[in-house]
Amino acid sequence: MMLDFTAILSQWQLMLDGAALTAKLALVTTVTGFLIGTLCAVARRSQSSVFSRIAAIYVESIRNTPFLVQIFLVYFGLSSMGFSFTAFTVSVIALTINVGAYTAEIMRAGFESVHKGQWEAAETLGLTKWQQYWHVALRPAIERVYPALTSQFILLMLASSVTSQISTEELTATANFIQSETYRPFETFVIVAGIYIALSLLMRLIFWLFGLAIFPRRRRLGTMI
Amino acid sequence: MNISLNFAHIQFLLEGTFWTVILSLMAFGGGGMMGFLIALGRIAPLRALRVVIAAWVQLIQGTPLLIIMFMVYFGLPQLGLSISPLLAAGVSLTIYASAYLGEIWRGCIQAVPRAQWEAAECLALSGVQRMFKVILPQAIKLATPPTVGFSVQIIKNTSLASVVGFVELARAGQLINNSIFEPFIIYLIVATLYFCLCFPVSVLSRRLERGAPEKKIKPVPTVSPRIN
Amino acid sequence: MSIITLRNVQKSFGHNPVLKDVSFSVNQGQVVALIGASGSGKSTALRCIDRLETINGGSIEVCGHKVEDPHVNLRKLRQDVGIVFQSYNLFPHLTIEQNITLGPVSVKKMAKAEARRLALSVLEQVGLADKADSYPEQLSGGQQQRAAIARSLAMKPKVMLFDEVTSALDPKLTGEVLRVIERLAGSGMTMIMVTHEMNFARRVADKIIFMHQGTVHESGTVEILKTPGTAALQEFISNDL
Repeated sequence: MMLDFTAILSQWQLMLDGAALTAKLALVTTVTGFLIGTLCAVARRSQSSVFSRIAAIYVESIRNTPFLVQIFLVYFGLSSMGFSFTAFTVSVIALTINVGAYTAEIMRAGFESVHKGQWEAAETLGLTKWQQYWHVALRPAIERVYPALTSQFILLMLASSVTSQISTEELTATANFIQSETYRPFETFVIVAGIYIALSLLMRLIFWLFGLAIFPRRRRLGTMI
Repeated sequence: MNISLNFAHIQFLLEGTFWTVILSLMAFGGGGMMGFLIALGRIAPLRALRVVIAAWVQLIQGTPLLIIMFMVYFGLPQLGLSISPLLAAGVSLTIYASAYLGEIWRGCIQAVPRAQWEAAECLALSGVQRMFKVILPQAIKLATPPTVGFSVQIIKNTSLASVVGFVELARAGQLINNSIFEPFIIYLIVATLYFCLCFPVSVLSRRLERGAPEKKIKPVPTVSPRIN
Repeated sequence: MSIITLRNVQKSFGHNPVLKDVSFSVNQGQVVALIGASGSGKSTALRCIDRLETINGGSIEVCGHKVEDPHVNLRKLRQDVGIVFQSYNLFPHLTIEQNITLGPVSVKKMAKAEARRLALSVLEQVGLADKADSYPEQLSGGQQQRAAIARSLAMKPKVMLFDEVTSALDPKLTGEVLRVIERLAGSGMTMIMVTHEMNFARRVADKIIFMHQGTVHESGTVEILKTPGTAALQEFISNDL
């Protein structure tokens, strides 16, 4: 059978829409996932063993179960509670819960890498625990684990392909639709794989630029912490 | 809540669990063999080979596993090869695992101190002998914790085989749900079964990582990004 | 008038008793040098004063705060006490000025403009007015330590604690830091310095406290350095030479 890519490329509009939704999912869940993950990391490090234990259970449960099962649980769980959210919303919730757990571990390592003396200096200036985290620990922690965070959020974008299983119309779902119409799965998936790779590169670029923006010291001096 | 889940259903789920384990072993075995070749290819003296293999690894790591599965399951028949769900899932997971394991192992081989390579050379060992008698044993020690950690990823990713119709644990859950429609309970049990498979391996991986503190590869805190 | 009083303070780390029975007091405006061999407990005693370590027995009163009380107002205590560390502990991702304004703005709710003026004035005091926009890594060790002192001073503490602040410095750079401390002492600040710089202690301190094996072994004016009353202090001084 002759490979014919033009039949797929003519569907570029559809693929663009799918890619746009994937990008939207990635962007939103990067932000929400980072927030949840950071709060969770703070909870893990807190003096109170209740918060620490709850955070640990959350992280271990997510890290030891497949995302496909998590998204089904969120989907059916929400609908059994009476909510009727769009597939996009359910996907955002499930992806956030998932990436939050992995981000929590990364940020916990980041906070742990902040030298004890820094915490003491902040404490003796009179800063509260929250102020210590916000002003003194957060940026150095992020800077130190920035490569790991970047990789994690790119993996998040790739994992969004699983949301196609609850009918979210992102790129993978679009690919399936196109291949079922054109009977050309090989060409379809080759092109779609290419789009995912392009999205990964784009994300890497965005993260690099973002890094320049939030680490003024690095921008001025060119050094790592 | 009237739960009509009965013993036959549980049995079906356990059968699915069995196939999950089989698929994981297939992926680990095949992915391991291919991954070893990829690791060697990444450090081969021939530059063209290094570049091609590096590009291949980037390609696989930059593509969602689901797309790879669809490509194998739907794409190969288009090219004339018919393929069963099990084989499609096995091949896809092997390709996926080999890329990641190859990278992990390459890192570990390269983390063996330069001095070891030189010492082996000075002992007049041939290239192959150097690799197998000096470098690899040390690389294997470094590689054990992250490899064990990655096997958790493999186990979880077998769940995607359900999408191409292979009846492992996730698919078993879906099938039961189709008949009695109690999705939340069913998937909770499915999640618990996955947890029972994965958690011990995770704990083992952490213990291995802690047990060799002087052999850590990077000075920066390493928490490998994962998803799925 | 005594503004720091330690009474029968005990502190153990696990099964290791580091402070066995420490009692001393410091009056307002006094400059105290806390000396002793490594392991004598002097740094620990200093850290206990600012509640960086909690004590297992005895009492500590600082500027009216009962430090050993679990419900003591830590924020108020830390505003009254400034502490400078051996490893400076400047925040690397903030400029020197930002390092200094952080405390006044976040804790005292000072307006940013006022905090900036305050930062420049304390930097002036320690001779670093031109380094306000630099990052800590661009400064030498001596400059970083002076910046750390400025950071503590910006909070207008009633008491300053110095924990071996020149021990990590190149000998060439200790002079500039000691000069700042001497000026501060001259201005009437109440200070406790844990130090190995005996000559400096002789010149600047009003009171010497010699700690040995977890207790205050001997204390008095700088005279005790010339004519030690106990064998332990005698040995310590001769070792120091």
